[in-house]
Amino acid sequence: MSLADPTDLPPEERRWRVFWRRYRRNRAAVLGLILLGAVVLLALLAGIYEPVDPLRRAGEPLTWPFQTWQTPLGTDQLGRDILAGILHGARISLLIGVVATVISIAIGVVIGALAGYFGGWVDDVLMRITEAFQTVPSFVLLLALVAILGSSIENIVLAIGIVSWTAPARLARAEFMSLRKREFIDAVRNLGVGDAAIIFREILPNALPPVVVYASVIMALAILLESALAFLGLGDPNYASWGNMIGQGRAVLRTAWYVCAIPGIAIVLTVLSFSLLGEGLNEVLNPRQKK
Amino acid sequence: MTAETPVLQIEDLRVALPEGSDRPLALDRLSLEVKRGEIVCLVGESGSGKSLAAGAVMRLLPEPAVRMTGGRILLEGQDLAGLPEREMRRLRGNRMAMVFQEPMTALNPQKTVGWQIDEVLKLHTDLGRKARAERTLRMLEQVHIPDPRSAIHAYPHQVSGGQRQRVMIAMALAMDPRLIIADEPTTALDVTTQLQILRLIRELQEGHGSGVLFITHDFGVVAEIADRVAVLRRGELVEQGTADEVLNRPRHPYTRALIAAVPGLTPPAPRSFADAPVVLRADRMLKTFKARGGLLSGRREAVAAVDDVSFDLRRGETLGIVGESGSGKTTVSRCVTRLLDADGGRVELDGRDILNASGRELRAMRSKIQMVFQDPMASLNPRKRVVDLIAQGPIVHGTPPREARDQARELLRLVELSPAAAERYPHEFSGGQRQRIGIARALALEPKVIVADEPVSALDVSVQAQVLRLLADLRERLDLSLLFVTHDLRVAAQLCDRVAVMEKGRVVEMGVTADVFAEPQHEYTRKLLSSIPGRDWTPPDVRDNAA
Repeated sequence: MSLADPTDLPPEERRWRVFWRRYRRNRAAVLGLILLGAVVLLALLAGIYEPVDPLRRAGEPLTWPFQTWQTPLGTDQLGRDILAGILHGARISLLIGVVATVISIAIGVVIGALAGYFGGWVDDVLMRITEAFQTVPSFVLLLALVAILGSSIENIVLAIGIVSWTAPARLARAEFMSLRKREFIDAVRNLGVGDAAIIFREILPNALPPVVVYASVIMALAILLESALAFLGLGDPNYASWGNMIGQGRAVLRTAWYVCAIPGIAIVLTVLSFSLLGEGLNEVLNPRQKK
Repeated sequence: MTAETPVLQIEDLRVALPEGSDRPLALDRLSLEVKRGEIVCLVGESGSGKSLAAGAVMRLLPEPAVRMTGGRILLEGQDLAGLPEREMRRLRGNRMAMVFQEPMTALNPQKTVGWQIDEVLKLHTDLGRKARAERTLRMLEQVHIPDPRSAIHAYPHQVSGGQRQRVMIAMALAMDPRLIIADEPTTALDVTTQLQILRLIRELQEGHGSGVLFITHDFGVVAEIADRVAVLRRGELVEQGTADEVLNRPRHPYTRALIAAVPGLTPPAPRSFADAPVVLRADRMLKTFKARGGLLSGRREAVAAVDDVSFDLRRGETLGIVGESGSGKTTVSRCVTRLLDADGGRVELDGRDILNASGRELRAMRSKIQMVFQDPMASLNPRKRVVDLIAQGPIVHGTPPREARDQARELLRLVELSPAAAERYPHEFSGGQRQRIGIARALALEPKVIVADEPVSALDVSVQAQVLRLLADLRERLDLSLLFVTHDLRVAAQLCDRVAVMEKGRVVEMGVTADVFAEPQHEYTRKLLSSIPGRDWTPPDVRDNAA
């Protein structure tokens, strides 16, 4: 009698289906995904609703929402359509969220990977640099960078990326430190695989899940940072960003609060969608939670 | 309380597993009895549900995912099912107690040994401080801890694994419980310590007259300690009887198969390798670990993990390196493959020095010496398909990827896996199948030497036998030399032509396996051999046609 049949394998399940099955269990995460879908839809509709320029005058200044069909969400003190601003602002916010996150994760993962994999003096040097960045409050650093570089949208995105790479670097370092001691790394070293291939082809895919989860936090933070900059008047004035809208609506806050409140709600919902998404991803990707 | 009432009765116990598990019931109608002064061994392979049975009795199941759905559990005739949690708490540690597998994790690292025993007494007695301290000391004396007065103030990490297990047992026995459940209490221990702990359990149990439910996967341990044996297979009790009946005259085919898989202690007939060329030679190898001291504590002393170790390995030969944990046997395996850099000595692979090879030379030499690791799950990258795992080595060494993958599929056949396995990921396989993948990966580079570091220690005994047979078979067919590192002398006896016994970094004895086993020269070897659990029991030849 055979105790274990080597050909006896459980049926294979598609990876994305397992992924979705686990994700679905968290209701809040599904809500986050729906919200994010809505924001993406807004960004896609922007060109259809307002193909020319969201910053042009569209009606009487300070029209309240739901008064005319021309400007469903009202206008600000310069007569600009708020709905158009929200739609185009969604593009800017998503762009900033995604690009700044990619920049910060890229810097963070490379630095964390090198520090964690090689250890020793490499680790010491890289971690001291990381700490130097961490000791300066990130918003102050961001203000300084934008003041030096100038406040074009490209520079803002780059600056946000530069101030937020420290946390993913520490995360990646911790992952690499524990993974490099695992037996499968010894196993591939024994096959004669070089360091670069071990770092990027063997360890990195295993170290990524927590970093990916954290990326959703950075996205939310990046959107908030841009809004804060714009609120202080340091945003790129050529684009309708939500932060810009709030910053300019500040002047009429007491008489026409909706000028600030509507983009404010948009920011809250978008940031919320990213953090719920992150929570859902955590549940899916966390190896300690099986099934 | 009459003497006839068993300490523990389990009747028709059913425990449900969460949806999506490999089976709906972890335990299906398990009935079992432990009488006063009796040691009942519950034996089964991993996943048989034996630990859940213990959990059900103690009501320590990971509810609500895993829960009891039927049956009764009686402790000295008292039904435990209806008891409120408060009553259960009063029973646990008092009338029934548990000893866990891993004493390091079962003890609180923040508290002293004495404090932890004291806590049990504080919970279940009205004794004053002084009386408790006295009783704690007496318990430690009973479990034969050397210098109990200072042991009271020691923290768990300050005492050895065997001592920790003694502390656990002292805690379990503090209230003189009627029932002791021991869940693989010696699995994490070395053989010599294991034997001492088994003897201790036996001695204390006779002294206190408690009933012991002893959970294990090791038939050697069963032969050592059991009065009665119950064999569990996938949640079903397949056989129950006295130790003698089950061990020597097993009736159920599953028990027969399990016992047939237990490696015997008789080494194979010696083969001669005098004419074969030496493929791996280690000469006065040295490796010390320098402990990095703290800022204030200063430098700690360096530990010699490998101290002056020399050996020859000839083509086709298998050299076993046996020893207990901390003997340096794993360090030897890492040094000859240069996963660790040795501090001194020479290692020659096929006549070429591997310790001083440059990066490029080393990478080329690696194809001649490959490793099979202990934990097949940890040694396979979980995010790679099996075919890529196996083909990786040849691809690195310049084989075109398509060709390497075709070879990988061939290798799967060689290690008796279906070619369909190629497209799967490691987590989809069982432990034994994963180890076959690990072996296939090692073979992919057509090495001359395979260094196997405890390759079967993480496997169930039946799977162990299959993997050992596969290794022996491949060794013959491919004319491989094997450096086989193991702590298990039974396994060493199966496969090794010669063995080197290591203690504290040194080889204390080396010779032909049969000679070493028959007439051990060194005192330490004798101690190791006499500590093998169940060494007096020879597994009966039950591989008859009935199975």
